[in-house]
Amino acid sequence: MTYHLPAFRHPHSPPNSAGHTYRDYEGVISTLCAGCGHDSISAALVQTCYELSIEPHQVAKLSGIGCSSKTPNYFLGYSHGFNAVHGRMPSVATGANLANPNLLYLGVSGDGDTASIGMGQFVHAIRRNLNITYLVENNGCYGLTKGQPSATADHNSPNKSGEINEHISVDLCGLALQLGCGYVARGFSGDKKQLIPLLKGALTYKGFAFVDILSPCVTFNNHAESSKSYDHIRAHAVMMGELDFVPAYEEIVVESAPRKVQRVQLHDGSSVFLYKTGDDDIDLSDATAALNFLRTHIDSGHITTGLLHCNGAGLELHQTLNTSETAFNQLSEKELCPGNQVLQQINHSLSVIR
Amino acid sequence: MQPTDTRNNPEYFHKVIDCQYACPAHTPVPEYIRLIAAGRYTDAYMLNWESNVFPGILGRTCDRPCEPACRRGRLEGEEEPVAICRLKRVAADYKEMSKIKAQLPHIPSTKNGKTIALVGAGPASLTVARDLAPLGYTLHLYDEFPRGGGMMRSQIPAFRLPESVLDEEVDYILAMGVVSHFNHYVKSLHELMQVGYDAIFIGTGAPQGRDLSLPGRKEGDTRIHIGVNWLASVAFEHITKIGERVVVIGGGNTAMDCCRTARRLGGKDIKVVVRSPFEEMKASPWEKEDALAEDITILNNHNPLEFICRDGSLQAMTFDRVKAVYDEPEKRHLRSTQEAPVEIPCDDVLIAVGQDAAFPWIERHLGIEFDERTQLPIINPDTFQSTQSKIFFGGDAACGPENIITAVAHGHQAAISIDRYCQGEAVSDRLPPHVNLIHQKMGIHEWRYDSEIAPDERYVVPHEEKDTIMHNRKVEVELGFDRQMAYAEAQRCLNCDVQTIFTENRCIECDACMDICPTHCITFTENGTEEDLRGRLKARADNVTQDLYVSAPLKTQRVMVKDEDVCLHCALCAERCPTAAWDMQQYVYQVTKVQRQQFAPDLIAVDHADS
Repeated sequence: MTYHLPAFRHPHSPPNSAGHTYRDYEGVISTLCAGCGHDSISAALVQTCYELSIEPHQVAKLSGIGCSSKTPNYFLGYSHGFNAVHGRMPSVATGANLANPNLLYLGVSGDGDTASIGMGQFVHAIRRNLNITYLVENNGCYGLTKGQPSATADHNSPNKSGEINEHISVDLCGLALQLGCGYVARGFSGDKKQLIPLLKGALTYKGFAFVDILSPCVTFNNHAESSKSYDHIRAHAVMMGELDFVPAYEEIVVESAPRKVQRVQLHDGSSVFLYKTGDDDIDLSDATAALNFLRTHIDSGHITTGLLHCNGAGLELHQTLNTSETAFNQLSEKELCPGNQVLQQINHSLSVIR
Repeated sequence: MQPTDTRNNPEYFHKVIDCQYACPAHTPVPEYIRLIAAGRYTDAYMLNWESNVFPGILGRTCDRPCEPACRRGRLEGEEEPVAICRLKRVAADYKEMSKIKAQLPHIPSTKNGKTIALVGAGPASLTVARDLAPLGYTLHLYDEFPRGGGMMRSQIPAFRLPESVLDEEVDYILAMGVVSHFNHYVKSLHELMQVGYDAIFIGTGAPQGRDLSLPGRKEGDTRIHIGVNWLASVAFEHITKIGERVVVIGGGNTAMDCCRTARRLGGKDIKVVVRSPFEEMKASPWEKEDALAEDITILNNHNPLEFICRDGSLQAMTFDRVKAVYDEPEKRHLRSTQEAPVEIPCDDVLIAVGQDAAFPWIERHLGIEFDERTQLPIINPDTFQSTQSKIFFGGDAACGPENIITAVAHGHQAAISIDRYCQGEAVSDRLPPHVNLIHQKMGIHEWRYDSEIAPDERYVVPHEEKDTIMHNRKVEVELGFDRQMAYAEAQRCLNCDVQTIFTENRCIECDACMDICPTHCITFTENGTEEDLRGRLKARADNVTQDLYVSAPLKTQRVMVKDEDVCLHCALCAERCPTAAWDMQQYVYQVTKVQRQQFAPDLIAVDHADS
């Protein structure tokens, strides 16, 4: 009986530009079911953070409850972590972000944690444009409680015992677009080639970056009739072109093939390149077109994956509130408690407005 | 790349078992190490005995080509290979003699009417005898010395290989009804052929030590000795002492045996003088270490010039200091530093600068052709048959100085050839190796082998007290592992014979195996040429001596590519696979021995069925 991960790694594993090797981004061995899509997402996050040379101690992982919300234990073992109450991760993330805007915030949630119990928190975090990467590991069922259909289970799709889901499904990407989210993408745990650039863009994006990741539940929702199985997703996915992420410090080499390419520059100078592959591709800055595109494809039984929308215009929460850009733990007592005189000034200014 | 054909190519999985593949006799190393870990020393011994004939001897003296090949040595950190050789000795040390006797092959009392002569009683001939005796052959063994064992007795000192161990394993074979003709130097092959043997096997080794024809060689002859002859004289107790100051010339294992033997016969100031730099000496690293530990001085980069004799007796030797110069990486020249010669006073000189096969007793008109350059017989490298169809060679006599385990491997193949020849079958027509795959799964996360691995340093074999070994040349230096140490060392084995088997049509491409693999061996990617793939796997596959395991195209048209190089055989890929597309299966690879052999212990199959 082993749940034992050997200590050996590849002997020639090269360090990244921050001097860290792959192992520095790993977590403990997963206790999820063998073949769970969530584990692939964890691995994609490890690879993404390694390749972006992110300092592990500069990352805060936050999650709620569910299989997905267990996963932060399985990657970035040297990062900060907070396992919040079910569906309440956005509140904790907001608080943490306001106290220290200098960390990289990574929210990890599931379809239950976001589209059911945490729906209210989710929509308001988007509305406020909290600076966070928010992932939904979406398997369309409650895996932790034996596979009941979740709010993202597709309309009329059967569960493992053949029961049909008669409710309308929540499309989280559509919802995020509707709410004005600036970075909206959908990935698939079984396609890291697409997922990793999506995650890189999301982690680099300043503001609320939402990535809905289809992640099959091998135990309860990978059966032949499932619409969230590996086979079904592969057979019905419509990819929104090919994505390439170029970090700020790297030279941009645009491929010479005569394809339509769209470049979006992110706040730190990094770029996302989208190479169009289809005729009905949309503009990344056009949220309405993205909504229409999603809607059309849902109606024809397809699953849209890729970067749907990327727009660098909005102000993130700190900018809106004009709050301290210095972390509270870096401020002295004098700055945190400036005294009665300052309080009087503030009160006075408020009474003037009134 | 084309999908890897593991079904029709028995060598693919064999090659993954680095130790077994590197062993000339292809001993199933991981299996016997597991048996040792399980405390089944007798079974481990018999498994060895079946493939390498001399487990107790080889467990002390083998050149161990398996160890540099061991995957453990390629792992991250300061990991060294598993102490395979010394574990073999453990099997020999703790086996139960009564059970061994019961497992030895039955020797038929009715013979098959064929009589074979074996010339030289070393490891090659003894292996042929062991393989043929159970088939009813009558075997006549000739050797110039009074006892069997060949160079294992005459050249390997007793402090490395106790006589009792040697006698035991030689006697297992002699007791199979072998007719021995000891103290019988075969002077003429022609005469031997006249006796009417059905076939003759020549395993006479490389008995002729090279000499140094330098000034003073003749004058100092009484105190200048050829290393291998001197060692034989010590072994048979014709020589019991040596001068206090001894110079040993040469940097191979014979030189190491000479200097350490001289130390025990009264030598106090012993210098091994070698032309090459220390790192390039031919001696095994552990032999050099043991010599240094016995206060022996090794002087490198010294080229012998002259034996200095005064009043008709040896006084000293002079050497020219040299430097190794390289034209090309592998091409070394020794260039004089032009300094004044170094004079080393000495009472005796032992020359250990190489040895050759010698066939002054083989007449050249018998139809046996020799290579003009090497002076070795021309033989078929697979069958060991010479150009005279009745005559077979093996061991050092066939290929020049190698080692015991190579001689054993030759012996097995020559035995097949002799059997086929005597039965009137085509000698070159040989059966493929016997292979099998055995499931290891017992439950979720549970395997028949111990898949858990952790960093652990190689255990050092304890030695006898120095005072004790220095005064008696027959006291063995190494004490061997005790059972606890043996268990700990055995647990360092990665079980490379338990293969990762991939079944394409079960794979759902969830990436779980790729994600969990601690050493990033597995990648799912678009197919390409080998060179292309090696460069773009999850971890670069730069060790081209290790194969890539490539699947047929999967549903997405990608392929699974596994770099075998640093696979830990930890089974996590199989534990993480939701559809059992990965499975761990033990690959059994047995070199085909003589046919109709009754005694190949079917240990693996039988015992696993029981357990």
